[in-house]
Amino acid sequence: MKTGRFWAWVVFGLGAAYFFIPLIATVEFSMRMRRGAYSFDAYQVVLGDVRFQQTFGYSVLAAIFTIILGVLIVVPAAYWIRLRLPQLRPIVEFITLLPLVIPAIVIVFGYIRMYGSNSPLPFLATDRGTDLLLVIGYATLALPYMYRAVDTGLRTIDVRTLTEAAQILGAGWTTIITRVILPNVLIAVLSGAFLTFAIVIGEFTMASLLNRPAFGPYLQNIGANRAYEPAALAIIAFVITWGCMSLIQILSRFAPRSANRPN
Amino acid sequence: MTDISLSQRAVADSVPPATARAMRLPTHWLGVAPFFIFTIMFLILPTLYLMLGAFQNDAGEFTLENIAALSQPSIVAAYWISIKVSLASSLIGAFAGLAIAIAIVRGGLPNWIRSATLTFSGVASNFAGVPLAFAFLATLGRLGLATVLLDKILGINIYSSGFNILSFWGLTITYAYFQIPLMVVIIVPAIDGIKKEWGEAAATLGATQAQYWRMVVIPVIWPSFLGTVILLFANAFGAIATAYALTGSSLNIVPILLYAQIRGDVLHNAHLGYAIAFGMIVITGLANVFFIWFRTRSERWLK
Repeated sequence: MKTGRFWAWVVFGLGAAYFFIPLIATVEFSMRMRRGAYSFDAYQVVLGDVRFQQTFGYSVLAAIFTIILGVLIVVPAAYWIRLRLPQLRPIVEFITLLPLVIPAIVIVFGYIRMYGSNSPLPFLATDRGTDLLLVIGYATLALPYMYRAVDTGLRTIDVRTLTEAAQILGAGWTTIITRVILPNVLIAVLSGAFLTFAIVIGEFTMASLLNRPAFGPYLQNIGANRAYEPAALAIIAFVITWGCMSLIQILSRFAPRSANRPN
Repeated sequence: MTDISLSQRAVADSVPPATARAMRLPTHWLGVAPFFIFTIMFLILPTLYLMLGAFQNDAGEFTLENIAALSQPSIVAAYWISIKVSLASSLIGAFAGLAIAIAIVRGGLPNWIRSATLTFSGVASNFAGVPLAFAFLATLGRLGLATVLLDKILGINIYSSGFNILSFWGLTITYAYFQIPLMVVIIVPAIDGIKKEWGEAAATLGATQAQYWRMVVIPVIWPSFLGTVILLFANAFGAIATAYALTGSSLNIVPILLYAQIRGDVLHNAHLGYAIAFGMIVITGLANVFFIWFRTRSERWLK
């Protein structure tokens, strides 16, 4: 047993070294901008850059629309499958796994060829249309995570009884979904939302190929042209990812209690 | 009894047959309609469009020329380096991730280490793309901290001994940063699924520790382990942002070749781009067929 614990510490130590050295190195590098002294100059330059603010704002907005679109598509489908069409479950689960099989670059390549300016649905003809197509692409990428989060949330509540009770009280379908089901799976939906946010905020491939002024292409551009700012941006991106994951963890602590509340 | 109730129900159902059907069918599908319309329009049709395009020439006629053209040396080399990087990073990620998972679940380490590792793994498995490339340039680039410290303290200049972050090994080590934690996140539940009673039962029957591992633990973990390896493979194979930010276009992996083709038709044949995309779908698709197969095998044990 003693030797087992020794090796466990060794493995853990090696793992910790591999994962922390790049973070330490990145922090150190990001503070080297001023000669001879550590400073936060790189962060100041980055945060003060108008292009940073614009692209970051654009990506935050795209993420919010992606989350709304994802919820609108996934919640009714997952609810309806639990309630009425369980025979469709394998098909829907298969479809939601497809974005893990088909690389994002292939999906966006398909969009460019199918929805070009000369096509019947010319999304790419206008800037607004391209923005919409980007949000659609992001919703596709986030589909596996959003579906799984919502489906797990629905599993913890008794969908059928809640629906019947609401129907007896005279609720219509819109009321049932927005005022009965959604509040009950809100925490699951929020977990999916934060994961979506973490995926979308720095996404590069789709935004770059659709020529949108998003945060991902901006990061790439800074990386190609600057020395210290990329390291500062990497730390900022890591903190954002960390924030999203912590929020999911905090939310998951509330999940069972609110879902099983008898009222 | 049952006969009566059955026939009663049949009568009740048959009273308004036409109206019930007409009312029911559309509302029945209404809830899932947005999902299916969305996924067909924005996931399935675009993919099919590319796959069909791979078998057509400019005039729209059926041809195998595009697929045959994939055999030009530069494209084969791109597929080969992509497969090598994905395979190496998924195997390294899988074994390192498994070792870490076993260490934190079974190694007798303090409890906070387990939860801290799982939280960190959740973050690191999503820390990919362009920022990850920056982090590794700051670590193992020519002026990176690890490079400089290795040179100053140990006198090892990794660059003069042939290492380059813009290479197969550089990319593999970088990809491992999201592959290892992904393995940890997926495999820890499988290791948790190994019940203590199994170890006790094996010990009661006189098994040694080695026999217990060889005949109980490994067969139980094996399918989900292999399944995750394949998921990691697909994960690395489609990734482009990290490699592009790290190496520009100096390392010619398939996604970067396709990226350049979409941007500027560098291969001077639009349908060859479709064929490259088709090849990527075939490779990740095959990987996932194995994934699903292994997954169903492992679930038998863990219930």
